[in-house]
Amino acid sequence: MRTAILRNGPKPVPEPVDAIVEVRGISKTYGSVEALRGIDLDFPRGKLTSLLGPSGCGKTTLLKIIAGLVEADAGTISVNGHTVSKPGPERAFVFQDFALLPWATVLRNVAFGLELRGKAVAEREKVARHYIGEVGLSGFEDKYPHELSGGMRQRVGLARALSVDADVLLLDEPFSAVDEQNRRKFQEDLIRLRTNQNKTFIFVTHSIEEAVYISDRIVLLSPRPGRVSQIIEPAIDRLVDPDRIHRDKHYLDTVEEIWQGLKQYVE
Amino acid sequence: MDSTRTEGGAISLAPLSGRSETSGWQNHPALLRVASVVLFAGIWQIAGMIPVSFAFPTFFDTVIAFVSMTADGSLPKAYLSTLQPLLLGVILSAFLGVGLGTLCGLWRTGEWLLIPIFIVLQAAPVAAFIPMVTFIYGIGMTAKTLAVMILALPVIVLNTYKAVRNVNTSLIAMCQSFLGTRWQVVSKIILPDASPVIFAGLRLGVAAGFVGVVLAELLITPTGIGDLITFHRSRADYAEMYATIASIIALSTLTLIALQWVETRVFRPEKRSA
Repeated sequence: MRTAILRNGPKPVPEPVDAIVEVRGISKTYGSVEALRGIDLDFPRGKLTSLLGPSGCGKTTLLKIIAGLVEADAGTISVNGHTVSKPGPERAFVFQDFALLPWATVLRNVAFGLELRGKAVAEREKVARHYIGEVGLSGFEDKYPHELSGGMRQRVGLARALSVDADVLLLDEPFSAVDEQNRRKFQEDLIRLRTNQNKTFIFVTHSIEEAVYISDRIVLLSPRPGRVSQIIEPAIDRLVDPDRIHRDKHYLDTVEEIWQGLKQYVE
Repeated sequence: MDSTRTEGGAISLAPLSGRSETSGWQNHPALLRVASVVLFAGIWQIAGMIPVSFAFPTFFDTVIAFVSMTADGSLPKAYLSTLQPLLLGVILSAFLGVGLGTLCGLWRTGEWLLIPIFIVLQAAPVAAFIPMVTFIYGIGMTAKTLAVMILALPVIVLNTYKAVRNVNTSLIAMCQSFLGTRWQVVSKIILPDASPVIFAGLRLGVAAGFVGVVLAELLITPTGIGDLITFHRSRADYAEMYATIASIIALSTLTLIALQWVETRVFRPEKRSA
């Protein structure tokens, strides 16, 4: 087996051809704080793009604007060529705090998106069971969220987002409330899952290692006001043993380079 | 609110049989409850036998009085008269209170119009209103039902209002992002998430309703349980008087337990195992 090889070094990348999500001139101000200024971004279809930056760079705000959960002051978002301003069936969100219904079982939580759309019980539970298996939670269908670990709860959140069959999955720091060992395992599973699912992932994180480890593309945002400072494609071969990526020289170099770029924004 | 508890993940997956380290009698909550009742009855019996007051009957005298009053029909008859306004008042308060509270929690204008009134009502010594109710509505069923509602409604409205206002915003965002309609947000997120606090309000409201009906019967209309208490006190039948008081306390407690059962059964099934 090949070692994890960076085919080309990190460098600014031209805008991709097939963009599923297009962000044009997005600005957002909270009171006197300018969270985002004039963001232009394309998210390539079928890729995992990370939004990375220090706190206050507006990465979560941008993700929520794309999701239609927060209204932008200026600019447009298009998904599949259509301008959107509200949540839609082509996007699904994975929440930082999981946002699971504490009174519902894993099965009902995963099926909740379909329940809201009025799907029949048998049909939505069939879909839900499939995705519960996909995220490795078979056998936990009848458990309640409080009976699960943080990592397992976020797997429920991911299965819920997968089961509505959206084209774009929006993940807001999905692993930040998950402990370290579970996070590593979950990241590996996410890489595996991506190869099975033909989906576009937009992933917000503040962890440089996490971004380099899982992303096809990393958008670096700088804070106050939030702006795109750099776009990097780590181009790490993720078909190799996941453990080798962490020891790969190119992986480490990319992490270091991003850190040098972000350092100036961290007090 | 709940979701912040999720930090630091690795909770054991053992299906909550983890209490096995507590041993012996602690494993039998039913036995404990019986023991607690027996202990209480024992202390009552001893206190009655000393006696602490000539007006304080023993536990067994009270039980005998209860049985004889049930047998001669005076207790069932009193309950028939008391339970009608109580049940009507409590049910009206529950539906009206949860409805108004939800409305105030969701709708700013409603909040400004109604919440100050209920805050004043909750702060006021509402028993003082009861003579006023009698003055307007006389001494019939209406006055008794109103007395129940005056006491029960404010706490139900205010608890529901607070619960609805403090619903987990992350769950609402989740419901919206998965294309939930406004109605679905209310019915599938807000009400279930608020239900523990709403039910806490209902329990307080129902308890206040019992206070209201007994007060009304002592102050307004000499009927039902209130009348039975007054009557036996005037004849110095203390065992009968205590039996009546104890029976209404027991009924109130049983009602609250039933309410809790409904809550965990219907609204928050996860609490059954918690």
